[in-house]
Amino acid sequence: MAEEKYETHEYDVIVIGAGGAGLRAAIEASAQGVRTALVCKSLLGKAHTVMAEGGIAAAMGNVYPEDNWKVHFRDTMRGGKLLNNWRMAQIHAEESPERVLELEEWGALFDRTQEGLILQRDFGGHRYARLAHVGDRTGLEMIRTLQQHAVHKGLDVYMECNLQRLLTDGGRISGAFGYWRESGKFILFKCKAVVLATGGGGKAWKVTSNSWEYTGDGVTMATDVGADLMDMEFIQFHPTGMVWPPSVRGILVTEGVRGDGGTLKNTEGNRFMFNYIPDFFRAETADTEKEADAWYEDKRNNRRTPDLLPRDEVARAINSEVKAGRGTAHGGVFLDIASRRPADYIQRRLPSMYHQFKELADVDITKEPMEVGPTCHYCMGGVRVDADSTATTVPGLFAAGEVAAGLHGANRLGGNSLSDLLVFGRRAGLYAAQYVKSFSGNASVNNDQVENYARELLAPFEAKGGENPYTLHQELQDCMQNLVGIIRVDSELRQALEKIAELKQRLRNVTVEGHRQYNPGWHLALDLHSLLSFAMAATVAAIERKESRGGHTRDDYPNPDPKFAKVNVVIRKTKEGLSVTQEPLPEIPEELKKLLEEQK
Amino acid sequence: MAGQEVHMRVWRGDVTGGEFKDYRLTTGEGMVVLDVIHAIQATQAGDLAVRWNCKAGKCGSCSAEVNGKPRLMCMTRMNTFQPGETITVAPIKAFPIIRDLVTDVSFNFEKAKSIPPFKPKPKEADGTRRMFQEDIDLVQEFHKCIECFLCQNVCHVIRDHEENKKAFAGPRLFVRLAALEMHPLDTNDRMDFIKQKAGLGLCNITKCCTEVCPEHIHITDNAIIPLKERIVDRYYDPVARILGLFKTGTKDK
Repeated sequence: MAEEKYETHEYDVIVIGAGGAGLRAAIEASAQGVRTALVCKSLLGKAHTVMAEGGIAAAMGNVYPEDNWKVHFRDTMRGGKLLNNWRMAQIHAEESPERVLELEEWGALFDRTQEGLILQRDFGGHRYARLAHVGDRTGLEMIRTLQQHAVHKGLDVYMECNLQRLLTDGGRISGAFGYWRESGKFILFKCKAVVLATGGGGKAWKVTSNSWEYTGDGVTMATDVGADLMDMEFIQFHPTGMVWPPSVRGILVTEGVRGDGGTLKNTEGNRFMFNYIPDFFRAETADTEKEADAWYEDKRNNRRTPDLLPRDEVARAINSEVKAGRGTAHGGVFLDIASRRPADYIQRRLPSMYHQFKELADVDITKEPMEVGPTCHYCMGGVRVDADSTATTVPGLFAAGEVAAGLHGANRLGGNSLSDLLVFGRRAGLYAAQYVKSFSGNASVNNDQVENYARELLAPFEAKGGENPYTLHQELQDCMQNLVGIIRVDSELRQALEKIAELKQRLRNVTVEGHRQYNPGWHLALDLHSLLSFAMAATVAAIERKESRGGHTRDDYPNPDPKFAKVNVVIRKTKEGLSVTQEPLPEIPEELKKLLEEQK
Repeated sequence: MAGQEVHMRVWRGDVTGGEFKDYRLTTGEGMVVLDVIHAIQATQAGDLAVRWNCKAGKCGSCSAEVNGKPRLMCMTRMNTFQPGETITVAPIKAFPIIRDLVTDVSFNFEKAKSIPPFKPKPKEADGTRRMFQEDIDLVQEFHKCIECFLCQNVCHVIRDHEENKKAFAGPRLFVRLAALEMHPLDTNDRMDFIKQKAGLGLCNITKCCTEVCPEHIHITDNAIIPLKERIVDRYYDPVARILGLFKTGTKDK
């Protein structure tokens, strides 16, 4: 029996991933009175949420009283090029203020307004200053608050424990299987429901802001047990990552730099974003430098600076400037706040950016411009979920945060991720608990399934092929960077598919040295399984969408196509392989549709 | 130092013992120590164990002792060493070894569980929470902690005295306790905990923790000493205790 052979724990709900979504889900499930465990690959508090800088988008109206959920809903939908699941966008906009205030009840200390309320900052695509923040380390405040709250609630946490496979019984979730990183020993969880909060797959790209953890585990585990994926073609390249020196290429530079007055310039000294205002945003975007600069102080009489267009627009613009020969020698453009704001303001508002550039690039951002360029940052697509409950198409499986698809459509607005984690993390915990309570059957663990998984996970120690997992990972990153990057074209996407298929073959020959105890080579070999599945799904979806929209730009189909405005690309695993279909977007109710059209 | 060959000595081993192993490789422009460790992993020692996440000094995962100094590997530039200098990388000393550069830091997480939690006072009459920036600046400084545990690592009370770990929480937890104690909304009383369980009295304010903090938190001056003063006020000095009621920043209990 698997339960006797391996360390086994039994819970009602297992939450996989301990970033904002996982922590919030576990807190909620536990509060609902079901036995809950939180399982994470790193130490608690180190998930990528900790790196989020800018803030949490929530229409609290503390700075602009005219802000409300309807405006936030509209901004989110338009930022996502209207491909968002409208119901998720509505729930998100309605509930995020409450979730931010809840953090304050749990001890978070956001920066304050003169009146003593939570201060809100400007960010791309948001009509009003909307992001609750703590300088440029909002994610740290959020994860620490949630972490401490969870710990004080007595939640069971399994740290440095990597769950690799989901177990099912008659199509329902019955558990999860993986290993302890420290000892390499297997661990089996028996449970009725699993919440995936595993983040995205950004580590498949070479220039990325993502850490080693973002290997597409959740997406892969979900498809392997039959869940649908959606919108996998939409990858967000954050416009401002560090570009120099090479060892730090890709590390994030917060959009808060532009929110606080920074502007993008090419090597000719021009604020080039004024040349890249798309028709879709023309009515709400300033077309002179004077108006753009005045907007920071007076939003009622001025339109938003094009420096703060949604991220997909800015990333493409930077890409075009560099291609046109107006980029820096290192392939970036300048981001200048030094000439626009006083040094003490910059240090107060952006302390960690100041520190990061000073320490890693010898650049003093209060005196010189930064050099920046696009970096792979976020996956809009992921596991398809029910808008209200976060339930996937597999009974007992829920997903929240970056691993889930729908809220952000074709492009996510900055600040909408942290709020997403809180709003849908809570809902995932709530509905997983409800599912458990209403499920009277018995979900049992299938021994053969477990034994198969155990064999798969140990295969790299047996294989004799001599392939190096690090080499395979580098080849995948080069492939995705060069062939499935910001600008895509059919021939290159197909080339990428061939390369991914080749790497999948070679993965069987990966050999790892050493033993099972804390062995990063082995861990990477196992992560390659999910990285490759993720990369395959992203590429297949990118081939299917023959248009340009949000975080998916096709050189061979450079414009949006009204036909594709009405569909999501859905991927599921069948016996024959991956099936790719176009499925209609849910119909948006009339009263919400009106909100999108209003230009005021 | 880009393009130069460097000589690294990295500690390899586990709980049963280990030794420094030599690696030679060529560095690239702007590399930090963590990049070099990753390069060793990718080309020479696939199983070299190391913790890391953000690679930008924000998560506090990659703490180690580089040439004997407690550092975040991701924020230690290779060009800060002399050309030709041998660079040693060892796991942080205060915690039990797991493998290579990875240590068992569960001590810190266990101690965190025992801290009396945040307990906010009731909301304002209008349902809001009003706090002013100048009243939270200091606590926000404490909230900058990235839990790299370098302060714990250099604290004499536990670095060389395993036996003290039971009765001593260490600088990281003192920062956490100070953050809670000085939080304008908090009403919980942790004075007994700080004195009895966290063992604040064992700290003899040598400031080693402050010196290594990568977030430049004034651990000793802003967290530990004010907590010590509160303990004195509460337990030892009735006059100061009464005067203490009028000090700014002292919380209503």
